[in-house]
Amino acid sequence: MKEWPLWEVFIRSKNGQYHKHVGSVHATDAQMAIEHARDTYTRRNEGVSIWVVPSKYITASDPEDEDMLFEPAKDKVYRHPTFYKLPDDVKNI
Amino acid sequence: MEHTTSIDLEKRFEEKIARELKIEPKDWMPEEYRRMLIRQISQHAHSEVIGMLPEKNWLTRAPTLRRKMALLAKIQDEAGHGLYLYSAVETLGVSREQLYRDFLDGKAKYSNIFNYPALTWADIGVIGWLVDGAAIVNQVSLQRTSFGPYARAMVRICKEENFHQRQGYSICLTLARGSAEQRQMLQDAINRWWWPVLMMFGPPDAESKHSQKSMKWKIKRASNDTLRQKFIDQTVPQLEYLGMKAPDPHLKWNPERGHYDYGPIDWEEFWNVIRGKGPCNKERLRTKRVAYEEGQWVRDAAIAYAKEYN
Repeated sequence: MKEWPLWEVFIRSKNGQYHKHVGSVHATDAQMAIEHARDTYTRRNEGVSIWVVPSKYITASDPEDEDMLFEPAKDKVYRHPTFYKLPDDVKNI
Repeated sequence: MEHTTSIDLEKRFEEKIARELKIEPKDWMPEEYRRMLIRQISQHAHSEVIGMLPEKNWLTRAPTLRRKMALLAKIQDEAGHGLYLYSAVETLGVSREQLYRDFLDGKAKYSNIFNYPALTWADIGVIGWLVDGAAIVNQVSLQRTSFGPYARAMVRICKEENFHQRQGYSICLTLARGSAEQRQMLQDAINRWWWPVLMMFGPPDAESKHSQKSMKWKIKRASNDTLRQKFIDQTVPQLEYLGMKAPDPHLKWNPERGHYDYGPIDWEEFWNVIRGKGPCNKERLRTKRVAYEEGQWVRDAAIAYAKEYN
């Protein structure tokens, strides 16, 4: 380890929200990564909770596979409630 | 899956650019696009880092505790901005360490403006107001840049820069409302910073060698001259409010153009400073090198600790 490893940073802006990716920091261990993330990404009340994950453990889908992965969902309109035309007289549905 | 050729990839890339879709790090991109981004984002990051130096000189001499706290916060933001940008550029597959070494070795550029000295307290006001003001004009336009991580960093940075500019103008206002001596000090700082600030937008469009391709790929969203004019137009009324003058006899509202006209910029000076002949080039890099070298034991110790206890 000559260079400090890279960590991805996720911040929860307030309770009730998901943690959201905001960027990365370099740190030698998890505790330092949290401290650097706090100094770098939460100087103005941006968060109440931080996750840090070593970047090497993130597996990302390949942009080349975008069609293969996501195209099939595009023509399945029957998964949406508006696909089903019901008589106006039927209420609360 | 079908085999995609490089022509298909390039076509898809150009389509995305045309449709204002962002390019993300793992997307295919032309090598030249990648190179241009690495160059621009890393220079931008180095500028934020070196930008701390003219201001840190005044930390211990800030006139009040409130001014000192604000300046300290601003300087910490500049470090943060450098880190957002290094984080963005690293997504392109380059090492931050390598980029930083290139910078320390004088192989990478940073904004020319930081090669000028901050001589008086008024300079701190003028730097916040004009230097950060010019940076905001540039960065607001870059919020729409085509590379996702760069655009996101710009959004964050712009929010924070507004505080920088307002605290700078607030310092200028205090001096403008002060004694004759304070007003003179402010005018003197404006005289020294005005032209270098206008140069921050880069050479005129006709001479800007990287601009054309950069605009085509929507890395840059507005030309150097357009941004410069925008800055002048919004700044002159602020200057007048302070009761100060720009050191430019040609500066005048042109009702036909709907813009301020301004005098010729001394590009000879600009190129000289870029070539290392500015007042502070050597000192700035020396300061960063010394900081890097003297911090080596801290970095080594952190690694040794992590190996021992993790």
